[in-house]
Amino acid sequence: MGLRSDIKKVLVIGSGPIVIGQAAEFDYAGTQACRALKQEGLEVVLINSNPATIMTDKAMADKIYIEPLTLDVVKRVIEIEKPDSVLSTLGGQTGLTLSMQLAKEGFLDAHNVKLLGANPETIHKAEDRQAFKDTMEKIGEPCIPSKVVETVEDAVAFAQEINYPVIVRPAFTLGGTGGGIAYNEEELRDISTNGLRLSPITQVLIEKCISGWKEIEFEVIRDSKGNVITVCSMENFDPVGVHTGDSIVIAPAVTLTNREYQMLRSASLNIVSELGVEGGCNCQFALHPESMEYAVIEVNPRVSRSSALASKATGYPIAKVATKIAIGYSLDEILNHVTGKTYACFEPSIDYVVIKFPKWAFDKFVYAKRNLGTQMKATGEVMAIGTSFEQAIMKAVRSTELGVDSMNMKKYIEMPTEEIMDRLRNGIEDERAFQVFEALKRGVSVQELHEITMIDEWFLDKFLNLVELEQWLAEDTLTEEKYRIAKQYGYLDSTIERMSGQKCPLHLRAVYKMVDTCAGEFKAETPYFYSTFDEENEAAQFIERTDTGKKKIIVFGSGPIRIGQGIEFDYCSVHCVWTLKEMGCEAIICNNNPETVSTDFDTGDRLYFDPLTREDVESIIATEKPDGVVVQFGGQTAIKLTRHLADMGVNILGTSADNIDAAEDRERFDELLEQCGIPRPEGFTVMTTEEAVEVAEKLGYPVLLRPSYVLGGQNMIIAHSEQDVVEYMGIITSTMIENPVLIDKYMMGTEVEVDAICDGKDFLIPGIMEHVERAGVHSGDSISVYPAQNLSKKIRETIIEYTRRLSLALDVIGLVNIQYVVYKDEVYVIEVNPRSSRTVPYISKVTGIPMVDIATKIMLGSTLKELGYESGLYPEGDYVAVKVPVFSFEKLQDVDTMLGPEMKSTGECLGIGRTFEDALLKGLVAAGYDLKREGGLLISVRDSDKREIVRIADKFSQMGFELYATSGTASYLNRNMIATNMIRKISEESPNTIDLLESGKIHYMISTSAKGRMPARDSVKMRRKSVERSICSLTAIDTADALANVLLSERSMDDVELVDITKI
Amino acid sequence: MALIKGGTPAWLVLANGKVFEGRSFGASGTTIGEVVFNTGMTGYQETLTDPVNFGQIVTQTFPLIGNYGVNSEDSETPKSHVSGYIVREWCNAPSNFRMEDNIDNFMKQHGIIGLYNIDTRSLTRLLRDQGVMNGMITTEDPNGNLEALLQQIRAYTIKNAVSAVTCAESMTYSGTGKRYRVAVYDFGCKKFITESLLQRGCEVVMVPADTAAEEVLAQQPDGVVLSCGPGDPAENSQAVSNIRTLAENGVPMFGIGLGHQLLALAMGGKTEKLAYGHRGANQPVIDLASGRTYVTSQNHGYVVVSDSVPEQVGRVTYVNANDKTCEGVSYLTANAFGVQFHPVTNGNPMDTDYLFDEFVERMQKEAE
Repeated sequence: MGLRSDIKKVLVIGSGPIVIGQAAEFDYAGTQACRALKQEGLEVVLINSNPATIMTDKAMADKIYIEPLTLDVVKRVIEIEKPDSVLSTLGGQTGLTLSMQLAKEGFLDAHNVKLLGANPETIHKAEDRQAFKDTMEKIGEPCIPSKVVETVEDAVAFAQEINYPVIVRPAFTLGGTGGGIAYNEEELRDISTNGLRLSPITQVLIEKCISGWKEIEFEVIRDSKGNVITVCSMENFDPVGVHTGDSIVIAPAVTLTNREYQMLRSASLNIVSELGVEGGCNCQFALHPESMEYAVIEVNPRVSRSSALASKATGYPIAKVATKIAIGYSLDEILNHVTGKTYACFEPSIDYVVIKFPKWAFDKFVYAKRNLGTQMKATGEVMAIGTSFEQAIMKAVRSTELGVDSMNMKKYIEMPTEEIMDRLRNGIEDERAFQVFEALKRGVSVQELHEITMIDEWFLDKFLNLVELEQWLAEDTLTEEKYRIAKQYGYLDSTIERMSGQKCPLHLRAVYKMVDTCAGEFKAETPYFYSTFDEENEAAQFIERTDTGKKKIIVFGSGPIRIGQGIEFDYCSVHCVWTLKEMGCEAIICNNNPETVSTDFDTGDRLYFDPLTREDVESIIATEKPDGVVVQFGGQTAIKLTRHLADMGVNILGTSADNIDAAEDRERFDELLEQCGIPRPEGFTVMTTEEAVEVAEKLGYPVLLRPSYVLGGQNMIIAHSEQDVVEYMGIITSTMIENPVLIDKYMMGTEVEVDAICDGKDFLIPGIMEHVERAGVHSGDSISVYPAQNLSKKIRETIIEYTRRLSLALDVIGLVNIQYVVYKDEVYVIEVNPRSSRTVPYISKVTGIPMVDIATKIMLGSTLKELGYESGLYPEGDYVAVKVPVFSFEKLQDVDTMLGPEMKSTGECLGIGRTFEDALLKGLVAAGYDLKREGGLLISVRDSDKREIVRIADKFSQMGFELYATSGTASYLNRNMIATNMIRKISEESPNTIDLLESGKIHYMISTSAKGRMPARDSVKMRRKSVERSICSLTAIDTADALANVLLSERSMDDVELVDITKI
Repeated sequence: MALIKGGTPAWLVLANGKVFEGRSFGASGTTIGEVVFNTGMTGYQETLTDPVNFGQIVTQTFPLIGNYGVNSEDSETPKSHVSGYIVREWCNAPSNFRMEDNIDNFMKQHGIIGLYNIDTRSLTRLLRDQGVMNGMITTEDPNGNLEALLQQIRAYTIKNAVSAVTCAESMTYSGTGKRYRVAVYDFGCKKFITESLLQRGCEVVMVPADTAAEEVLAQQPDGVVLSCGPGDPAENSQAVSNIRTLAENGVPMFGIGLGHQLLALAMGGKTEKLAYGHRGANQPVIDLASGRTYVTSQNHGYVVVSDSVPEQVGRVTYVNANDKTCEGVSYLTANAFGVQFHPVTNGNPMDTDYLFDEFVERMQKEAE
C-alpha cells in the first residue's frame, strides 16, 4: 500500500462560490486536501472560481485556475495541464458532479486521467434514488417506504401497508402545492384526490411520514483495504423535518442507548462497505423515538458540512485522511497527528459535548419566511465545546452574535404565552429553541412541549435546568456556590450580575481542556483547547511545557459566516497566522466557526475554540498572557473587542483602538475628515423616528439610513420618502437599539473602493477597484473591477491622495479599506474601515501583493520600504479581474432580490481576462449566468430608470430579443421607437406578467422599483417568480447594461484564455 | 437542578495521596477498589453490570452519564460488579422509550457507591500518566484521617475475582437449534457470549469456573468457550490446569478476554499488567492474517505477553494497533484460539463478530 506510484499530478476541483448549503467547509476540506497532496510531493492543479478561499492561494497548489466551474472549462484545464488524476470528493456537490460527468462522458479515460476518491458506481448507488433503494434493500437496511400511485385507491392500499401518517407529494407541482400529511384514511382520500387533480401527470408519491423521528448522523471513513470506522455520531436537537444544516446538532448522540447506538453504527458500516466508498462518507438516519425502528434517510459519499463539523468536534481530520486514502494509503498507515503515536484507524472518543448552532440571515432579510423545513437556509454556523450540554449551548448562543448572552430573547420575553405556543404549533421557525425556552419559563411542561415539537425530552429537561438556574440566581443572595454553578453552566459574569441583580462574589477565570481524539487515553500534543470551569488548566500546562521563548500573538477570528462577513476574513486570519509563524512568533487563534481553515488545529500554534465575547476573551488572555493581539483580520467580530482589550491593557498590534474608534465614531470621523480636507456626503446622527424624519427633510430625499457600527450594510436602506423613514425606524427600534442611526444624503455616483496598507509613514495601494453598479448598491453586491476602467487621471490622483491623508491621519498600521463615491467629478468618502475587507483576498491574488503578509509584518515593526514597496499606487498588471457576487435567493422564500444598500450576496466569483469584457464574461459564467443570446426580455422599471433603460433595451432589441414590459415601461419604450409588447400587471386578468414569466418565453428580466422589500408588492412578486423559474433577473440598470455589452461582444467562454494565476 | 443544588459531599482518595472532592450519588458509604477509566461514550449500564469490572472503581471519561436511564434488558448480568463509579455529571431527567429508572436509583438498588462533579479528565490523565492505582470513594470526610485511610487503600488487592462472579451451578440454555453443544466456562461471562452461540444454533451449557475438565468432557461438548472475566489471570491456577487438560483432549476451544489469557497460560504463555489497561469501545486491532484493522470493544487490565507463547505452540494473530500488545493467539498444538477483545457488544455485532463463526466452523470440522 502507501502512495500509489501512478499518481504524480492531481487536479483538485473546488466547490465554487459560497452559497447556502455549500460554504466555507469546502475551503477547509480543499485546503487540507491540497496540503496532504503537497506533503506527498505531488504536483497539484487547482480549479475553483471562488477567490476568497485559502485553497486558491499560491502556497496551496502549483497551478491555480480561478475559472468558472463548468464542464467545458474543467476539460480545458485537463487538456492544458494533463494531470494523471482528479480528486473528486473534496469539492462538495459541485466538484463531485463535475467529476462524475467527466467520467461518464469517457473524457477522463480518453485523457488517461484517473478518478480518485470515488468511483462512478459508488456515486450512482448513493445518489440515484432507485439504485440507492435497491442497494439498501439488498443489504437489509430500511429506507423510508414510498410509492408512486395514480389513483386514490392505490394510495389508500399503500398507506395501509406502511401505516399512517403518510406524506402525499404530488408530482410536478411547484413548492409541493397540493401535498400534505394524512393521519387517517379519510384525510388521505381528501388530500390525494386534490393532489392527483393538481398534478399535471396525475401522479402522487405516498411516503411514510417520519417527521418527528430522531435524526442521527454518522461520519464514516473507509479505505481500499476495507477498513472502516465511524469518526463521530451526531444527534439533531430538531427531529426529522428540519434540514440538518438548519438543526442544532449535538455530538456525540446523547439520547441513544448503547444498543441503539451500536445498531446505527453497524448499519453505517454496512452501508459504506456495500457502497464501496473509499474516503469519507456521511450516513443520515431517522430513528423512531419509541421503538428500535429506523430508516436510512441519505448517504453522502464525500466530505461534507457534517464531516467538517465532525473533524472539529473530535480532532480527527477527515478531509486529510480521505485525501490520503484517495492516493493509496490505508487507514492503518496514516498517523494520528493528534497523539503522534496512534493511527487513523481508530474511532475517536471524546470527553466533552459539542453543539453546532446555525446562523441565519433573517436579521437582514426581515421579510423572509423564517420557517424551517427541508430546504437549508442557514448561511453559517458556530460550534461550542463544553463539559455539559448547558455550558455548550450557552457558549453556542453567545458565539452566534444574535445580540443575546443567554437563551432569553427580548422578542419572546415580551410575547404572550399563547402567541409563543401558537408559533410553536404552526411550523418551525429559526428561533424555535428560544421560543421553547421562553415557554418553559412560563411553566409550560416538558411533556407538552415535546408533544408539540417532538424535540426529545432530554434536551427540554436540559433547557429546564437553565430556567431553574436563572430563577435561582434571581432569588436571595448570590453565594459563591451559586456563582460557581452558574459558571459551570456557561453563564458570563455580566449575565449572572444582571439576572441576580448583585455583584459577583468573585471572578473565576476559565480553564482550558484539550481536544485530543481519545478522551485522555493517550498523551496528546494537539494544541487545541476549549474553556470550562474546572480544576486543571491544560493550556497553561502546555504553554509552560512547550515554552519556546517566542513572542506570543493572538489572532481573533471572525466567527460564523454570515452575509457581509464571510470566508474572506478567515483567509486574512489564516494568512496572518502563517506570517506570524514565519516571523518567529507563536500564533494563537481564537475562533468558533467549525467550517473554516483557521479552526484547523494545525493552522496556528494553538487554537482556542470558544466564543468571542469580552469575558471569554479575557480568560484566554489570562491563560496565554500574549505579547500582542491582532484584531484587524477578524471582521467586525474581532474589531468589536478592540476597546475592551485596550482597556485591559493588552497590546493591540496594528492600528490603535483609539484610531479604530475615530474611524467608526461619527463625530470623530467628521472632525478627522475636516482636518484632512476631504468631503463626504452630508449626514447626521439620530436616535428617534421624529429626529430621523426631520433630518431627512433637511437633507432632501433620497437619503441613506443605517445603524452605526455596521458591516455588510446590515439594516441599511435608501429612503425615498417620509414613509420609508418611519417604516425603517420602526424595524430598527423594535430589535435592539444600542447604537444611533446615521442618515446621509444619498449620492448616485460611481463607487470606488481601495484597500491600502500603511506603516504609519508610507502607504501602498495594491489596486483601485471600480464598481459596475453606481452607489446605492452595496459594495459586496456590486460587480467590482480591478483595475478601475473609467476614472480620469485627476480622480485617480485625488483618490490616492485622500487615501494617503486618511491612512496617515488615522495612523493606520496594517490594512485599511476606504470606499469613495465619485459624483459630478468630485470624490467623496463614504466609509473608512481600518481593518481587512472582503476584497483583500482577491486583490492579493490578482496583483500578486500578499497584503495580509505585508500588513502583519508591518504590525510587527517592519516598514513598507524595508519590505521593498514604494509609497502610492502599485503599477497595474496585465490582467483585468472582475468580481461578481453570487446570491442564494432560491433558498430564501419571500426575500426581495432587488439590490440595494443592504448586502444580500452570500459569495463571489472571479473572472480574470486580458480585457474587461473577457473578465466580465468569465465572472458572469462563473456566477451561474446562462448567457443566452436570444429569447424574451421582460422590463419593468421605476420612473427614475426609464430614461436610461431605453439604451439598454435597444441593445437587446438589436440582438433580436423579444421585448415585453409593464404598461408604464412599455409605453415609454414604444414612444422611444423600441418595439415592446405591453403586458398586464399581476393584479389584472390573465395573461399577465406572472403568466408570462411562467410561460418559458422570458430569459432575462430587468426589474427595478422605487419600493421593494414587502413580499406583497407586485415588483417583489415578479422578482420572486423569476427566481422560482430560474430566469436571469437584473435589478440594477448598470448590471443590465454590462450584461448587454457582454452579449453584444459575441465572445464566449471558448474564445477566452484560461489563466493560471501563479504566473501573474 | 435539585441535582446540583443538593447532594452531599463525597471524596475520592487515591493511593498516591491525591484527594478529589465531589458529590455523592448512588449508595453512600465507603468503598475501596482499583481506579480505572473507561472511554466508552455509551453503555454505562453494561459497565456497571460487567463482571470483568469486579473490584474496580470505574471512571467514565464521557462527562454526561445516565442520559438514557436504565432498563431491565441491557444489564450484562443481574448483579452489579463495580466497587465504585465516578462520573462528571449524571442525568436526573433521562430520556429513552425503554427507560425504567434513572442511574442514581439503579446504583442505590445495587449498592454502588458513586461520586460525581469532579474533574474526571484530570483524574483520567493522572491514571494514564501514573498507571491505574487503588482508591477509595467515601461519603465521610477523609481529611484528618488521611494516613490511616491511605494504608488501607494501598493494602487493597483484587482477590478471588473469578470465584466472586462465576455462577454457582451449571445451567443449560437452548435456543432454536441444537447443532452443537458448547460448554462455556463462566469466569465472569457476559450475555453476548451465550447470545452469539444461541444465534448460531448452539446449545449452551454454562459451567462454574472451578468445574473440573473431566466433568466438562462428560457433557460431551462439541466445543468449549472460555469466557471473559475479572482479575489477575495468574491467580487462576486450577482453571489453567483444567484448560490444559481440555487442550490435550482436542476439543475446539475459544477464549475471550480472561479466557484467552488463561488459555495462553495453559499453553505455556505469560501474562502481565498494563499500565492503565484498554477500556472502551474504540480499540483498534490488526488482524495479522488479512492486514485489516477492526474497531473492538475491550475491557482488560492484563495482557498476554506477545512472544511468551512458544513459537511451535501458537502464534499471535491479532495485535493492538496503538500499543502493539497481543490481542489474539491461535494455537498449533491444540484446536484452540483466543482473543483479548469482545467480538460483540450488547446484542450488536462488532466488526469482529465473525470469530464466533470461525469457532462454529472448527466444531463442524471436528464433527466431520
